Amino acid sequence: MTHSEIETIIERYGNKESAILAILQDVQAKEKYLPKEALEHIGEKLGIPINKIYRIATFYRAFSLMPRGKHEVCVCLGTACHVRGAQRIVDQIKIELGIRPGETTKDRNFTLETVNCLGVCAAGPVLAIDGEYFGKMSSAKVDGTLKKFRSDKKKEGANGKA
Amino acid sequence: MVRLSSPQELEKYRDQILSKRKPNQPLITVCGGTGCHASGCHAVVDAFRSVLQEKAKGNGIGLRVTGCHGFCERGPLVIIHPQKVFYQKVKPEDVPTIFQDTVLKGKVIESLLYEHPVTGEKVVSEEEVPFYQKQKRMILGNNGSIDPTQIEDYLAVGGYRALAKALFSMKPEEIIREVKKANLRGRGGGGFPAGLKWEQCRNAPDEIKYLICNADEGDPGAYMDRSLLEGNPHSVLEGMIIGAFAIGSHEGYIFVRHEYPLALENVGLGIQRARELGLLGKNILGSGFDFDIKISRGGGAFVAGESTALMATIEGNVGEPRAKHIHTVVSGLYDKPTNLNNVETWANVPVIINEGADWFGRIGTEGSKGTKIFSLVGKVNNTGLVEVPMGITLREIVYDIGGGIPEGKRFKAVQTGGPSGGCIPDSMIDLPVDFDRLTEVGSMMGSGGMIVMDEATCMVDVAKYFMNFLKDESCGKCTSCREGTKRMHEVLTEISEGRGKPEHITLLEELGWVTTEASLCALGGTASNPVLSTIKYFRQEYEEHILNKRCPAKVCRALLHYRILPDLCTSCGRCAKACPENAITGVQKKKKEKGEPFVIAQEKCIQCGMCFETCKFDAVEVQ
Repeated sequence: MTHSEIETIIERYGNKESAILAILQDVQAKEKYLPKEALEHIGEKLGIPINKIYRIATFYRAFSLMPRGKHEVCVCLGTACHVRGAQRIVDQIKIELGIRPGETTKDRNFTLETVNCLGVCAAGPVLAIDGEYFGKMSSAKVDGTLKKFRSDKKKEGANGKA
Repeated sequence: MVRLSSPQELEKYRDQILSKRKPNQPLITVCGGTGCHASGCHAVVDAFRSVLQEKAKGNGIGLRVTGCHGFCERGPLVIIHPQKVFYQKVKPEDVPTIFQDTVLKGKVIESLLYEHPVTGEKVVSEEEVPFYQKQKRMILGNNGSIDPTQIEDYLAVGGYRALAKALFSMKPEEIIREVKKANLRGRGGGGFPAGLKWEQCRNAPDEIKYLICNADEGDPGAYMDRSLLEGNPHSVLEGMIIGAFAIGSHEGYIFVRHEYPLALENVGLGIQRARELGLLGKNILGSGFDFDIKISRGGGAFVAGESTALMATIEGNVGEPRAKHIHTVVSGLYDKPTNLNNVETWANVPVIINEGADWFGRIGTEGSKGTKIFSLVGKVNNTGLVEVPMGITLREIVYDIGGGIPEGKRFKAVQTGGPSGGCIPDSMIDLPVDFDRLTEVGSMMGSGGMIVMDEATCMVDVAKYFMNFLKDESCGKCTSCREGTKRMHEVLTEISEGRGKPEHITLLEELGWVTTEASLCALGGTASNPVLSTIKYFRQEYEEHILNKRCPAKVCRALLHYRILPDLCTSCGRCAKACPENAITGVQKKKKEKGEPFVIAQEKCIQCGMCFETCKFDAVEVQ
């Protein structure tokens, strides 16, 4: 992200310190994470110490300080999904992708996240990939759901077993 | 562009909109709520679009994507007007037939109708579906008939009439009196009387006052605010403008959690359209009253839904609550008097102004008036959003509306109030649901999540789940909450993994008590509810885990044993294929040869349950 792109975002919110959350959200939306240089530049422009920005960036779940994968797999762990077995979905994805929540696959194709509630409770357990919802999941459906988001050569036998 | 500068112009504009509507012409409405999205309503809408484009261009057949109808379980939902034929679980491939038969010829397609679970009869209209029959949908009702992106649709159902009435024929004090008389209590959880809050804010000595709509619906398992903002954003905006006039505020905020992109979009569009029409901004409807609304996005922190933490977030700080020695109605956002109510509370305001406090007061119980929207989810047949009069019993909600528990399983408990609430056992199923009764039994109304649990739900696991949630979401300011939730989670983990000790129950009760007593905000103050209420009502289940190392609901993984029953095993080998640990061996049957039953090597088994789920012959047993 260039300095001028960052400045455009800052100006959109009238150069106000109070808009820091919104500014960080816009950077996160564009880059899928908060690059260190971007945070430093925002701090300089708005006169906010970097430690305060860091505090905000690490307080809210919406932000990530690490680069993300191309596809974000987000498993809802809301109560309704939990009682219908959402943890099993997470466990299955962990096995399929070989990563834990918060991590990104080596090929940078997937990032696995869990969320406390997506608000799609009636369709639980719910999985969202890049904002698209997949309702009534089961661990047996995981492989099929991930398939179309896999990078090409891994489309078949992706869990390491043919 | 029309700009309305008097109530007469508003009515004239409404008449114009209505005169263009042809109620007898075919109209297809498709539910575009998030629940239906998850079941693929997008593809259904696209299919209708292309059919209309191809076969019915210019002949006046309308297509409208509406807000959430509530019956998310049966989505995607489609209604064909004017006959109001209600189709459920519609797939894109059904669309051409619906168009040919129902839209053009008025013929009803039996296979897409809802089947009454008891009588087995097919039901044609939405009103006849038992899910809707005991509901009173005065807040959610319009969701199914309007396109949330069109302000004209809201005006067509009488929208902004309450605003005109409030601005031109009521004084601010009268509005407050009416809301107080209606005894509207905050729908966000606390149940504080809204009218009293408004009055205190109005009387606070400062020229600048802020108004906030809390749409940081963080309670897992609750999504009514999402559906309202997505499906009928103007009802919330109208309520806010009326409130602002009553309080004397000129600047408002809607604080929406970032997990709700469609709500952000629809409410943003709503604000823009309301401004263009002169219903928001400077000199609203020519009354001389100014009020504008900004949107603020949350950052994904549960605690930021607490009023003081929410205000800190809007100010650009970390969302930590502060002590409320001085209430936010006196010193809130930017240290100015601030009135905060949640989405559903605001949406009730136009109804009260239109219908009057007396009418509103006739619905509900002594202490809780009006309706409440619950998200009825979990182990229940008809999941979805239900709006019911206060005082309805849990039994009516779970059985009459919810259609009971799936697969004939036994009802065990209902969890209400989100992470701050508690579990209500089956022995209390006839409890009338209102603010006070729920608190009496150790739970709370919360924002209205109602998670139904059956015999296959483990209460220790539920308590552990909430503690895990709360320990992550505690902002860390108060030691009691930060450490208390963490320690409770540790103890619950010990119990669920078979290392529980008899003294653990007392320890949990003590930790719970300290966390409740010594924490600053409501998150900490109610954090131990899930633990204490499950111990209170399900102590036996805790003891079973601790003393016999057994999880009766078969949920706590470490306590489970999977075994393949040789008599039922057909040697198909599916389980062995699915097992991530290669712990299952056997001889697979081939065309002519019989196989041998498969066996799980217990030392390799990680209790993931994949074999149990993949087996089609119920040959895998869990103990």
